[in-house]
Amino acid sequence: METLIDLSRLQFAVTAMYHFIFVPLTLGMTWLLVIMETIYVATGKEIYKDMTKFWGKLFGINFAIGVTTGLTMEFQFGTNWAYYSHYVGDIFGVPLAIEGLMAFFLESTFIGMFFLSWDRVSKKQHLLFTVLVAIGSNLSALWILVANGWMQNPVGTKFNPITMRMELDSFISVLFNPVGQAKFFHTVCSGYVTASVFVLGISAYYLLKKQHLPFARRSFKIAAMFGLFASIAAIVMGDESGLQVYKVQPSKLAAIEGVWETEAAPAGWSLLAWPNSDKRQNDFNISIPYAGSLILTHGLNGTITGINDIVAENKNKIIKGQQALGLLDQYKQTPNDMALAKQIQDNAEYLGYGLLLKKYSTDVTKATPDMIEMAARDTVPNPLPLYYSFRTMVFLGISFFLLFLVAFKESFRNNTKFENNKFLLKFALYWIPMPWIACWCGWFVAEYGRQPWTIYGILPTHQSVSSLTAGDLIFSLSGFVILYTILLIVEIWLMFKYAKSGPSVLSNEKNIKLGVNK
Amino acid sequence: MSYEFLRFIWWVLVGVLLIGLVIMDGHDMGVGTLSPFVGKTNSERRAAINSVAPHWDGNQVWFITAGGAVFASWPLVYAASFSMLYIAILAVLWTIFLRAPAFEYRSKIDDNRWHSYWDWVLFVGSATPPLLFGVAFGNILLGIPFHFDNEMRLVSDASSPIIGFLQLLSPFALLCGLVSLFMITAHGAYYLSLRTVDAMQQRAIKAAKIFGTLTVILFIIGGFWVGHINGYVATNLSHSGPSNPLLKSVTVVTGAWLNNYNSYPVLYIVPALGIIAQILAIVFNNKSRHGMAFIFSSLSMAGIILTAAVSMFPFVMPSSSMPVSSLTLWDATSSEHTLFLMLIVALIFTPIVLIYTSWVYKIMNGKLTTAKIEENSKSYY
Ligand code: HDD
Ligand code: HEM
Ligand code: HEM
Repeated sequence: METLIDLSRLQFAVTAMYHFIFVPLTLGMTWLLVIMETIYVATGKEIYKDMTKFWGKLFGINFAIGVTTGLTMEFQFGTNWAYYSHYVGDIFGVPLAIEGLMAFFLESTFIGMFFLSWDRVSKKQHLLFTVLVAIGSNLSALWILVANGWMQNPVGTKFNPITMRMELDSFISVLFNPVGQAKFFHTVCSGYVTASVFVLGISAYYLLKKQHLPFARRSFKIAAMFGLFASIAAIVMGDESGLQVYKVQPSKLAAIEGVWETEAAPAGWSLLAWPNSDKRQNDFNISIPYAGSLILTHGLNGTITGINDIVAENKNKIIKGQQALGLLDQYKQTPNDMALAKQIQDNAEYLGYGLLLKKYSTDVTKATPDMIEMAARDTVPNPLPLYYSFRTMVFLGISFFLLFLVAFKESFRNNTKFENNKFLLKFALYWIPMPWIACWCGWFVAEYGRQPWTIYGILPTHQSVSSLTAGDLIFSLSGFVILYTILLIVEIWLMFKYAKSGPSVLSNEKNIKLGVNK
Repeated sequence: MSYEFLRFIWWVLVGVLLIGLVIMDGHDMGVGTLSPFVGKTNSERRAAINSVAPHWDGNQVWFITAGGAVFASWPLVYAASFSMLYIAILAVLWTIFLRAPAFEYRSKIDDNRWHSYWDWVLFVGSATPPLLFGVAFGNILLGIPFHFDNEMRLVSDASSPIIGFLQLLSPFALLCGLVSLFMITAHGAYYLSLRTVDAMQQRAIKAAKIFGTLTVILFIIGGFWVGHINGYVATNLSHSGPSNPLLKSVTVVTGAWLNNYNSYPVLYIVPALGIIAQILAIVFNNKSRHGMAFIFSSLSMAGIILTAAVSMFPFVMPSSSMPVSSLTLWDATSSEHTLFLMLIVALIFTPIVLIYTSWVYKIMNGKLTTAKIEENSKSYY
């Protein structure tokens, strides 16, 4: 059972990480294409059309695998998280279905038109198609993050003891969930950053090689400008995401910050520490006074609840949950007892905590105090990986801001001196992979930090899985890894080939041959 | 609007989505399946591929949305079908994966080996999913071995996953798989007849004749066969009760899948539509009325899908090992609130999608000749 759960989690993580290689580039490239094409339509200069088409080719190579890996995600809740699908499908399915109808149709219908309708429609109409693709892909991000935001902060729902599941109470609360909103803006902005670094880096490569100069210069500037705005927005929205975590997920926050004992206001912000989960303390800690309260609450009187206090508090919730689950068992024998049903609903917020005990005892009502203690400790994830992935993301975020700031200042001067700034250009080129690392760190913080829950406070991860065997999972996981890796290699290979040939592919695309690097 | 009415509407809407899926995604899968055969030269194959290249991705969203809509309206069906048919669903996904790179990457490199490699990848990605879908449908008609425990957790009763998967490949299920594959291949052939010219068009017309005829024959055989397999009958089933499948009783009766038709003989119109529309499609196609042929092929597929749906009504996923766990449209749905909300969403967005989809088809309409492809080699796929 443990292996089944771990393998299911691993499979979800692996497939999601693969999906999120392609997603951020799509999110940002579509807007960069809109900007380039708008300039083309406004000025009539052919070079902007070539830019749209060339960056469009790279975008297309990426998009194909984005679609492919997205398919898995759509069906994986049913295949691997069947109990989850039953337990919260009434709520969670809604944004997923709307995403298909409202966003994927739009995005996918017009992406074909983006590539293939250049000769068939007017300039303005083509621009409209490009805009619709951008709106579609960003709307898809909105709905999936409303869904994911709900898993982090499950609002607007109630438990139904007859159907044994959570049901939708208020769609408006699900839609305007502040966690989902913050996530949406932070994630799309991180996509814009990703695409900007991508375009900036490849343009820098041409500038270093002194190739396609007019083309590279313009692309570089557009990316620098868009990237500057995007990186500021990503930082601001990252800060907003942090505020939300502080409000709704104290266990994640304490783990990210490596705070074991509650810190009274004004709390410090740890710059470098080594959280040790065996000793339940940090091996060392260098902390900036006041900064914790300032960053996390934007004031000086915010306290940070420590892991040990959270565990103690959750222990009480688990005991209440144990009782609530006992009532639920009773109710199954007497399904007409309305008073009992009411009592269960009143204690529904503790049911999830009771379910945490299932990891240790199939009959929750018989769980011993030791088991309760262990379950309580489970409620806070291991701080060490969270601490470092969060800080990696933040430092990378600051590095992107600085990169774009310098690139913007240099390239918008009234001369071309920046083209000789080898350091800037090389830095831009070698920094291309970094946004992906920041995105992965971000997802790791969000998802691993939510453990042991799939639905925070409601459904533990170990209760969410399908009744499959470990063998099934080994089979499927290896299948995914093999297929995805092959597709990824082909994708990267094509991407390099096209990026290296540069915009000249537009006139002699048929010359791109297998095995010949020109 | 009552809960009962909403539940019925959602049965209809899921049906509409499945029919939309086979009409839209179906024709480009048919084209993908046929392209290595009806296209003899690189340009001919490109003509076939370009007839669907601008649209395949939009069409695939019918598949995605069908998944999402089933999740939202029938969460138990979403959970049960995908987890109990785990290996089959993986096989569908893994082959469908191949389509995106095949379409997008095939013409990105100028090399014959590269082209023919992706042509076959596209073939596998286009032919396997319809086949497996049909097999899955056949198995749902036969009943899937699963039950709910008292926490409503789904438990499989198949002996082992691999054996379970092999058991899915029973003769009846394979027959259903072939019906599905053939009708979709024929559908692609009608579409190709509409969009191509000359020798290629002649080959497409021939393919339509062969696969259309096979569809009719196998569908009729399937119809007789259904009278001899186990059907399911539900009693004590409240139409507006809570969504808990364990509250009803179910019996297994051989031939019960024909009960609905026998009680309401007018329903025989549905399978008749499947057969007659397919025959008319072949006739129209031979008379060079390819647009009409495509429409009748769509009607025929609608008839075939509805035949299965009506015969199972009100079941959507029967359980062979513990019939009371079977899922029906009355006791496996979302809450009334969610069904109502999703109905509003569907009523607003489906027409919008249909409008812009027809718009882009209109823009991209026209015959694809090999000459045109060669002239504009760079702008086509
Ligand atoms: C923040 C953005 C984001 C996130 C968190 C996800 N996706 Fe995604 N998805 C997109 C943003 C996106 C996109 C930008 O719209 C894609 C990526 C590349 C692409 O081609 O479209 C896409 C493609 C895509 C597709 C193919 C759509 C098509 O054919 O056009 C599906 C079915 C999904 N996704 C489903 C999911 C599911 C079920 C997810 C969660 C479990 C998920 N995605 C996470
Ligand atoms: C594409 C972006 C995403 C990435 C990169 C991502 C990353 C991850 C990671 C790393 C895990 C494993 C956590 C662990 O077990 O240690 C995970 C688990 C999970 N995530 Fe996400 N996630 C993404 C989007 C989503 C979305 C949008 C949803 C829901 C709508 C979601 C739902 C889940 C679920 C159900 C699990 C499995 C249970 C668990 O282990 O927590 N994820 N994801
Ligand atoms: C200084 C800047 C940043 C701060 C303060 C910040 C903060 C955060 C926080 C607190 C979360 C967790 C939200 C949750 O658990 O629900 C998060 C998630 C995430 N971050 Fe950042 N971040 C920053 C920069 C970046 C950058 C530059 C990128 C990528 C280019 C990025 C990509 C992500 C992603 C993809 C997620 C997961 C989605 C989400 O939960 O919103 N972040 N970030």
